[in-house]
Amino acid sequence: MIRYLLPLGIFIVIVGFLFVGLGLDPKKVPSPFIGKPAPEFNLPKLYKPEESISTADMKGKVWLLNVWASWCVSCRAEHEVVTRFARTGLVPIYGLNYKDEPEDAKGWLSALGNPYVASLVDYDGNAGIDWGVYGVPETFVMDKKGIVRDKVIGPVTEEIVQDRLIPLIKQLQAEES
Amino acid sequence: MKKLLLICLLAASTLVAANIETYKFDDPRKEADYQVLVHELRCLVCQNQNLADSNAELAQDLRRKTYEMVQKGLNKDEVVEYMVARYGDFVLYKPPLQTNTLALWGGPFVIFIIAVVVLIRMIRRRPSSNDHLLSEEDRQRAEQLLNQQIETEEKQ
Repeated sequence: MIRYLLPLGIFIVIVGFLFVGLGLDPKKVPSPFIGKPAPEFNLPKLYKPEESISTADMKGKVWLLNVWASWCVSCRAEHEVVTRFARTGLVPIYGLNYKDEPEDAKGWLSALGNPYVASLVDYDGNAGIDWGVYGVPETFVMDKKGIVRDKVIGPVTEEIVQDRLIPLIKQLQAEES
Repeated sequence: MKKLLLICLLAASTLVAANIETYKFDDPRKEADYQVLVHELRCLVCQNQNLADSNAELAQDLRRKTYEMVQKGLNKDEVVEYMVARYGDFVLYKPPLQTNTLALWGGPFVIFIIAVVVLIRMIRRRPSSNDHLLSEEDRQRAEQLLNQQIETEEKQ
């Protein structure tokens, strides 16, 4: 009996592994930053290049960093969702304009609407490297202590906003700073 | 004319392929380090390519970053550490040996050992050729049959 059951058992185990493997997305690389302090940056604002914002300025509030670019197709797809979410005023969303021409970026925002408190210009992509950005759009959630608590890879959808971001942000806002 | 066009097109295609930038190093050892690094680090956009093979924007940026760091005098481990801190272990083509990769590194050896054990047991269990010898009773019967055969042949 075991002669037949053993190969069958092994087969089922292999099928199980393969089935789980099918559901994994290799494009989603877990961020090593979750649970760690947000990387330092000090970048000029898109609309006021003479002013800059650094990570330290964000201390004491929960905030989102949405990495986007005018050349990024998926950013266009998530833009509506991000804008609607920004309008609720639950949390300030900052943009990281990644490897983009400032003129193109401004044109994109004026055509589609600007959901960002401010967009930071990362013209050469160095801040992107510091944040481990490998594909736009990406969205980071920071808590009041400046710790990265979550990262959405790829376009933000309405489900992600409702089921993942809003509960997390409410929980983080209730935490002590 | 067609041949000439073909030659031009082929020549142009080699130009496109050679699009990867060249960096100048002040020390051949740094250059060697750089070459090792860009072959060991994965491009995260096109995941089955390393930085050296990929011409994705991110790969270009990471090559530039690698070059800057190597040129500044950082050693290989420091560059790898920098990349892992930002992109995680996934950026390495050769995963490090640590608790969460134990199954990955040990798995093949475990499977090999299981296979050897199963093989040995199968060989041991296979009946040896001695077992096929006839029992005394069968042997006598066979002899009897053979003798009968010989007798009938002799009669003919």
